[in-house]
Amino acid sequence: MLPFADLEVSTHDPWRHVSRFLAGFLSPDFNSIRSIAWAVVYTVAFGLVGVFIGSLAGLLLAPAYHLRPVRILAATLRAVHELFWALLFLQVFGPSAITGALAIALPYSGIFAKVYSEMLEEADRRPDEVLPPGSGALSRFLYARLPMALSPFRIYTRYRIECGLRSSAVLGFVGLPTLGFELDAFFKVGRYESVAAVLLIYYLMIATNRQWLRPSLIPVFLVAAFGLLITLGGPPFRMENLVRFLTEDIVPAPLRDASLLASSTWDQLSGWLDVLLSTQAFPGLWSTVVVTQMALAVTMFVALLGFPLIVARLVGKVPSISGHLLLVVGRSTPEYMLVYIFLQMLGPSMLPAIIALGLHNGAIIAHLLGRQADALTPTLRPDAPRGFNLYVYEFVPRLYGNFLAYIFYRWEIILRESAIVGILGVHTLGFYIDGAITEIRLDRAVLLIAVTVLATFAVDAIARGLRRRFQLSMNDLASREGSAIY
Amino acid sequence: MTLLSLAGETIGWKEHDVLVGVDLSIQEGETIAFLGRSGSGKSTLITHLYRRLIAAGRATALVPQDHALVPPLSVFHNVYMGRLDRRSSLYNFANLVRPLRREVAAIRPILAEIALEPEMFRPVERLSGGQKQRTAIARALFRGGDILLGDEPISAIDEKQSAVVLDTIRRRFSTVLLALHDVDLARAYCSRIIGLRGGRIVIDKPSGKIERGEIEALYAA
Repeated sequence: MLPFADLEVSTHDPWRHVSRFLAGFLSPDFNSIRSIAWAVVYTVAFGLVGVFIGSLAGLLLAPAYHLRPVRILAATLRAVHELFWALLFLQVFGPSAITGALAIALPYSGIFAKVYSEMLEEADRRPDEVLPPGSGALSRFLYARLPMALSPFRIYTRYRIECGLRSSAVLGFVGLPTLGFELDAFFKVGRYESVAAVLLIYYLMIATNRQWLRPSLIPVFLVAAFGLLITLGGPPFRMENLVRFLTEDIVPAPLRDASLLASSTWDQLSGWLDVLLSTQAFPGLWSTVVVTQMALAVTMFVALLGFPLIVARLVGKVPSISGHLLLVVGRSTPEYMLVYIFLQMLGPSMLPAIIALGLHNGAIIAHLLGRQADALTPTLRPDAPRGFNLYVYEFVPRLYGNFLAYIFYRWEIILRESAIVGILGVHTLGFYIDGAITEIRLDRAVLLIAVTVLATFAVDAIARGLRRRFQLSMNDLASREGSAIY
Repeated sequence: MTLLSLAGETIGWKEHDVLVGVDLSIQEGETIAFLGRSGSGKSTLITHLYRRLIAAGRATALVPQDHALVPPLSVFHNVYMGRLDRRSSLYNFANLVRPLRREVAAIRPILAEIALEPEMFRPVERLSGGQKQRTAIARALFRGGDILLGDEPISAIDEKQSAVVLDTIRRRFSTVLLALHDVDLARAYCSRIIGLRGGRIVIDKPSGKIERGEIEALYAA
């Protein structure tokens, strides 16, 4: 892959940017705290409302997940990244509450449908089996199936709320009033001290979210969030915009107002398709695959070298705490935000995207592996080797299967992320999608998004095949850890 | 009148829990105790009889060995599940959201009979083992019908309570088939005793005619 990758550092003096960025953290500027605080409020509001709607929709889909059309619908919903949904909805609803809520709710509903259905699948079926014959399907589900899966549902949904906060922050980069918007604005004018302030507040919000966003308070927060979003300004909702979007904007240009019986229409369509595929879809797909594979390599590297940092047995108790901090920053900074920051330093090429995606995904896997290594520690023989030997002879071999499983699970996600960072100027599929939307050629955007979806499906199928071949099952991993990989 | 008869049947699917050559005829109105060591095939037989009776369309209530309760739901809701087939989904849903007065009124006396009324609205996951077992029994009582099948239904209940529970069961169901571990209770409450050993029926007698030695042989190593 290396020969195909554009790895140029194009900023004039990258070290100056990096040092100014880092220096910003020494003297963060909180003068804009009012606007940042509002951005936090909107980030929480969009995140909560989006996850809430997504989880309700997922719950409705989950019992029917064994049906093929439902599975395909859910897979498609989650294969399209939040930002792509947002870009599309911005065309229909403008920068409004509906855009932000739906951009999170749609992909999340696909994820919830899948995970909820797996949890229902694993829940104890005995109470259902002993119900009187002839009980209605809905009653059976509500009384004997749903309550048996409620506890894993709660744990997973709580985890997803945190993800929702991150997604919500990122939506700011395309114009919604969340934290990403503030970050983008300050970066653009080079106010690194304010950038540092936004980032610090973002980390504080994520790190403490379990303290203030308590389960008992979530309904209160939700009502407030709905209330706030309803009052959010923005263009009024117009039904005709939605109708036009569905019946005109996304219809391939040659088919609009054309006779479907005339052969010339179909010639034009094939010409349109030909140009679009050869000049945008294929080059974009190729770049996306290059970025994905190289980011995957960096991910493997970071994960294997990163997990010892949090294992007390290997690096000592105190260093392992700073290791935790490092991995927390790596995995709780949304991949898009990380790529954005690296792009500011290094200029637009594949390099910042590869490094950032590798660091983010590597930190996620390193965290999971490190926790498992910690759990393994008490089971080691008393005369087990120490230090580096312990790492290479005990931990790596024992965790290698899980490591590969995580890599395969993450592969599809990295592909989706590689596509999306094109919006930032790397020439992956997102670049062409963003371009098509800017030119208000939504028909092209939708086709390119469809190509992204198909690529995601292909990678998912390959990864599933490889997992089966190497007999790597997520069931070997603790279920809570397992769900944290999605 | 014969309720059910098996002739030379082989029952079960797991290797160690298979019953071979079962000849058994059960009359309406009988109370039968199945005795035997664990693994002798009692559970397999009870499950098989339950399936046969349900398939024959007989109103049968079951107390399974593992209770099969829904832990996060209250005692009231678990008991109500015994009649989930009697009402529309909408009615069931309404009752799940907020217990309906008429259902509470119907279930309360059943719980009172087996000393579970104070726990009516507690989630099952917070109950003791004996209380859970009585919840499973209450569910079968609420279900009602002519026949009750119980797989060790009183294994976790103390002696005094056991007597009350068995009395209640006998009063409410005409035919009662129970797998039991307590030989004295079996002789006191059941008219017929069937002993299982190694997947075969080795005793089948009225409980009055059974010798102590026969039962000891059933449990001998």
